[in-house]
Amino acid sequence: MIEKEEVKKVAENARINVTDEEAENLKEDFKSILQMFETLEDIDTEDTEPSFHPIDVESKTREDKPKETLKKEEVFQNTSNEEENNFKGPKVK
Amino acid sequence: MKETEITDKEDFLQQLKEKNEKYQFMREINEPKEKEKSGKLANTAFVVKDAICTKNTTTSAGSKILQNYKPVFNATVVQKLKEEGATFYGKTNQDEFGFGTFNTNCAFETPKNPHDTDRVVGGSSGGAGAVVAALDQEIISIGESTGGSITNPAAYNGVIGITPTYGRVSRHGLVSYGNSLDKIGVLSKNIETAAKGLKVISGEDPQDQTTVSKEVPDYTDLEERTNLKAAIPKQYIELEGLEEGVENNFRDSVEKLEAKGITVEEVDMPLLSANYSVPAYYVLAMTEASTNLAKMSGIRYGLEKNPENYEDYNEYFSEVRTEGFGKEAKRRIMIGTYTRQAGYRDQYYIKAAKVRTKIIEEFKQVFEEYDVIISPSMPNIAPKISEARDMNPEEIYAMDTLTVGPNLAGMPMISIPNGKSEGMPTGLHIIGDHFEEKKILDTAYTYQQGEK
Repeated sequence: MIEKEEVKKVAENARINVTDEEAENLKEDFKSILQMFETLEDIDTEDTEPSFHPIDVESKTREDKPKETLKKEEVFQNTSNEEENNFKGPKVK
Repeated sequence: MKETEITDKEDFLQQLKEKNEKYQFMREINEPKEKEKSGKLANTAFVVKDAICTKNTTTSAGSKILQNYKPVFNATVVQKLKEEGATFYGKTNQDEFGFGTFNTNCAFETPKNPHDTDRVVGGSSGGAGAVVAALDQEIISIGESTGGSITNPAAYNGVIGITPTYGRVSRHGLVSYGNSLDKIGVLSKNIETAAKGLKVISGEDPQDQTTVSKEVPDYTDLEERTNLKAAIPKQYIELEGLEEGVENNFRDSVEKLEAKGITVEEVDMPLLSANYSVPAYYVLAMTEASTNLAKMSGIRYGLEKNPENYEDYNEYFSEVRTEGFGKEAKRRIMIGTYTRQAGYRDQYYIKAAKVRTKIIEEFKQVFEEYDVIISPSMPNIAPKISEARDMNPEEIYAMDTLTVGPNLAGMPMISIPNGKSEGMPTGLHIIGDHFEEKKILDTAYTYQQGEK
């Protein structure tokens, strides 16, 4: 049974702000959804390997050769927080 | 491919705009300016789900957090379609990041079903399904499915939708929901178009390591096949909430297949029942989504704030994300964060990944004896928008029962219209083994022979 404080901690990890009321509502969501997840415990997976993909996926590598990169205008196309060819972020404490 | 050819481009654009006024299936309409290349898809129109990157055309994945994002590149599938001369007409509306069953979680508009504007278009590729149904002109509509988001709107809108095998089509340029679950596919009116579109977009891509090197067969060489065996999982037919009209249409479809000489039998697939396949899917989907959406942080692209007002990166990230994500997105991100947390990871994420192995094994066992697996595509006709909004999350997740199993297993599937119920379309779902797209297309083609 998940508590409101734990919900708030998860939200913090996820970088999402929640009000007290939202945390209370989310607690109920968590409760019913996690309950739904619990039925998986009925299934015997003792000798089963997990599948992180549904088909076999192999790592492929490419040659270590430089390719065409984005133009500067393209790099900054989607932000106004740009200064002297850098992305601008908050100060670090 | 005469039926996809647009003879009057001005007239087509006009129709697209008018229908969109009525049904709001488009996120953004593109008026083509450049001359297209010549190719297999010359004079064929295509539209693309919002989450698929289109160079310099807004790509928002249905989310406020990407409201003004304009990619600097085309997704591989878009590039491939353009290379064959297809003309790009814009982006279709979707549930935010793919999180939804009814397209009621879109930050921009909730599209209306062309068969009944009080009803939903399905989701998450809802706009992609509605546009095909609304237009008179045949087009290629590119959708994406994680847990059922192509065949769901195909069924609800009375059109064809094909979800290929995981790894058949490149995901390069797709805003990810679940990297082990996402598959790009095609919606259209006609099976020939679906086959042609799939052939063009399929194939290995060095920019997507999860694509396979397997050759792409000529899907357009559609053949009638009657020496087939089809299996119906009894868990699907016994599904709670399966509407009578939907079931009746399915039974009629079975009779039709049998009349053509196809053997149809019921099989037992316990892991496909709602209480196993739905949680197995949602644990993995939400876990993966929570990591994929970590990149939405207000830096470099997307919704942003003035960084000078913040003394802390985390405060900045949290404000942007809280404002930019919708309710369902937040819910899934948080649950997904929890299920992969230290202490819970084994119980939820690893467990679900093991159950996935077992579900795949269950499918493989059935495919040893049967060619295809069939069922209704959705348990109901498209619900009314007001009803859909009243459902609680678990009720909505359960609606995906018929599609989450094959999606989790990465199997290819197609939904074709198989009649109406209360005036609304229903769909027949045909699922194949990995990389058997040709077989399910041929089965669908066979089913349709002699119609009208």
